[in-house]
Amino acid sequence: MNSPIKRAAVACLVMFALLMINVNYLQAVRAEGLSEDARNTRNYFERYAVQRGRITAGGKVILAQSKEASGDFKFLREYPDGKLYAHITGFFSPESASGIEAARNSLLDGSSPDLLLRRSIDLFTGEPTRGANVDLTINPKAQKTAYDALRQSGKRGAVVALNPKTGAILAMVSLPTYDPAELSGTDKGKVFGRYDELAKEKSQPLLNRNIDRTYPPGSTFKVVTAAAFLEDDSSRGPDTVVDAPQSLALPGTSVRLPNYGGAACGGGQVSLTFALEKSCNTPFGSMGMDLGYDKMREQTEKFGMGQQLGIPMSVAKSDFGKKEDQAAVAMASIGQRSNQMTPLQMAMIAAGIANDGTVMKPYLVHKITDAKGDSVEEAEPEELTEAVSSETAGKLREMMVSVVANGTANQAQVSGVQVAGKTGTAETADGQPPHAWFISFAPADDPQIALAVLVESGAANVGAEATGGGTAAPIARAVLEAVLNK
Amino acid sequence: MSEVAASPIPMPAKRRGAQLAMLAFAVAIVMGAYANVGLAIDGQIPSGMLTYGLSLGGLMLAAYLVLAKFAPWADPLILPLVTLINGLGLVMIFRLSESDSTLPSAKLASPSSQLLWTFIGVLLFSLTLIFLRDHRALQRLTYTAGALGLFLLVSPLIPFLGQEINGARIWIGIPGLGQLQPAEFAKLALVVFFAGYLVAKRDVLALAGRRLLFIDLPRARDLGPVLITWGVSLGVLVMQKDLGSSLLLFGTFVAMLYIATQRSSWVIIGILLFAGGAILAGMVFNHVQQRFEVFLNPGDPVLFDAVGGSGQLMQGLFAMGSGGILGTGLGQGHPEIIPLAFSDFIFAATGEELGLTGLMALLMLYALLVERGLRTSIAARDPFSKLLAAGLSFLLAWQIFIIVGGVTNLIPLTGLVTPFMSQGGSALLSNWILIALLVRMSDAARRPPPQAIQNEGMTQVFQR
Repeated sequence: MNSPIKRAAVACLVMFALLMINVNYLQAVRAEGLSEDARNTRNYFERYAVQRGRITAGGKVILAQSKEASGDFKFLREYPDGKLYAHITGFFSPESASGIEAARNSLLDGSSPDLLLRRSIDLFTGEPTRGANVDLTINPKAQKTAYDALRQSGKRGAVVALNPKTGAILAMVSLPTYDPAELSGTDKGKVFGRYDELAKEKSQPLLNRNIDRTYPPGSTFKVVTAAAFLEDDSSRGPDTVVDAPQSLALPGTSVRLPNYGGAACGGGQVSLTFALEKSCNTPFGSMGMDLGYDKMREQTEKFGMGQQLGIPMSVAKSDFGKKEDQAAVAMASIGQRSNQMTPLQMAMIAAGIANDGTVMKPYLVHKITDAKGDSVEEAEPEELTEAVSSETAGKLREMMVSVVANGTANQAQVSGVQVAGKTGTAETADGQPPHAWFISFAPADDPQIALAVLVESGAANVGAEATGGGTAAPIARAVLEAVLNK
Repeated sequence: MSEVAASPIPMPAKRRGAQLAMLAFAVAIVMGAYANVGLAIDGQIPSGMLTYGLSLGGLMLAAYLVLAKFAPWADPLILPLVTLINGLGLVMIFRLSESDSTLPSAKLASPSSQLLWTFIGVLLFSLTLIFLRDHRALQRLTYTAGALGLFLLVSPLIPFLGQEINGARIWIGIPGLGQLQPAEFAKLALVVFFAGYLVAKRDVLALAGRRLLFIDLPRARDLGPVLITWGVSLGVLVMQKDLGSSLLLFGTFVAMLYIATQRSSWVIIGILLFAGGAILAGMVFNHVQQRFEVFLNPGDPVLFDAVGGSGQLMQGLFAMGSGGILGTGLGQGHPEIIPLAFSDFIFAATGEELGLTGLMALLMLYALLVERGLRTSIAARDPFSKLLAAGLSFLLAWQIFIIVGGVTNLIPLTGLVTPFMSQGGSALLSNWILIALLVRMSDAARRPPPQAIQNEGMTQVFQR
């Protein structure tokens, strides 16, 4: 009976060999695919296994932190003032993240190569790996003020404020907002359900309106046209007289470009300052046509348009518009037609003028320190572009001060401070209420803050009559006062 | 005289010292693994470590003493191998229970009850060795064993006695004790029956018959009792939806038939019977068909989410993939995610934390155990012992192949316990009895034949 037993023994060995080969195949060959499968919830536990770093503003105020928990997940993410900072911090959901949570994820969760030394030390001392802490440039007071002021308008919109000298982002509010805590829980079903709800909502609360989408900038863009006009000939100045007819013939069309509300603009021949103060369309339309598409586009690019920005979240590209006919140039020069800007881009234009013509690269992250407080990364202000000469910047500043002092933006006046600004009321489509814009910086002689305010079409309290001066400027004033401590 | 001393057959040594050392080594490995789990999860040596260590160590020492007294010539490797595998199973169950997860795999893992079952298992092992001095006594119980096996198989279907748990009616309730799966014991009884019956009938089974094409067909009346036993057991198992045990019994039966008759026609007939049965079951039972679809395409998203679909299998594969070559380390993975991580899927759970390295070692332990059993079979001196030892060893190997192959998607998944590792008393008890039988037979096989009394030169004992 021994020979069949020996054969049976060989059969058993073959079975074990098959099992061993298969286990090798699974755990060596297919291991990576299996461990990274989206349905492998281990990755999802891993996300909550590390104490993620904090996100703070001004070194003190906590925007996001990981708290130790019991149960399946070791640490849970908390957002103490979630709705206020939602578009900055973003959320940290079981399978994805947004905002700073996504943009600085590898530092927050400690996996970044920049933290290799820290991890090695922790390995030796037996301490668990902890993520790095991210401190933002946000000024909590400015953020709160901007949030409250925009909320009072009862409508969707965006406010972004920069330090014009550095590019540091002081406030960034987008409404409507959401609570990142709802998207950062560990209950996948709940989180995904809530995300779907938010994603489907018509008001698009997940969108950071400052950087995720573009809008026609309307009259605020006239400062760019004025800048191009002044740069084109250095003998021009605020007092240069320009043609300001009641309406402007647009070549190649039967349409005429009127001023806002069809009003006259002075006596038909006005100073550049007056045209900007009253935000007349015709002089800037004709300036744009005289300068031509290329010069207008070039000037816009000098303010940073078209650059791929990461603050560190990536910013949608603004665009002056396609090269079409002269009529299109005229319309784009007053911020209409296919001219599309992000609120951040408009704030950068104000900041560039405030900073003697130099646009600084906008940034949100002030400093990153590891769990022990050692610096990993510190922001250094960087010049982005040279938008206009210092002389042109001075002339533009003088005119924008006048806009606030004597023109459409008187609601942005702050007592004891010279405020520079420009209003905008952008038509969106026929019959649709316009977007209200305001860009500004202050104090004019030593700018500490530059900002852009956008209130999307049809603010509830003002209906179809929303204007940059009436709706957006008061929001800007509140933020200016908060930052300048007035 | 000197010829007797220089016998051509080398005398097997008892190797009891080596066995004790290996046993201590196995217990030490298990204790190290315990400490590892505690350190990884709580940062400290588990509080019950001393109790566990002492009870497992004491238990194995007792088993060793019983073995040394009642089966001194037994194979020295078998007990240490089983100790290590059983200990690793205990560690994995302990590890799952230590997880602070609320998932069922963590909640239902019960290391204390498994330790208790191990204790009873070793007790039965010892009692078997003490009371079954000569395993050939079992040969006289051939038909009793067959009847007992059948009764045990059918017993869950008996009203009041049988209980249905998780949709499978494979349990009987024992008042005051809990539930047992009689099928686990039935397979032992049936292997004893097969061995006894086949030994008695092997000549007619092997020789009588007609040759058809290339296959020697046996006579129908020789086949009868065997086919009936097989058919009834298979039928009952299919009715109880216990595919794993059904496949296990069938494969073991075919293997024993082949060993007894040495005719490969049995294997071919067996495979054809199996294929027919599988196709029929696939047509009749939805769950069989689904198992097969899952096997072919486990990653399919629809099957993944389906009830009774591939979700469970994939969770096991995910665990093994996440473990990779070296594993996450005990206590540092998430085996509690796998459904039934403490029973059917304990192999995958082990793979996550001990990695490919650990699983290769574990498979090696199982392979060694099986081969030691088959070695016993070769060394055994009578046909019944040979067939019984081979049958029991093959039962073990085949069971490991079915469950591990199923969990690793080498073959379609059918539920079976992983011997000595899965949580659950019935399987642990019956497997310890199986080991006791192997130990008893290896003792008989390795025991030197009666020697000539050295100083009585006149008497000669002739060795065969």
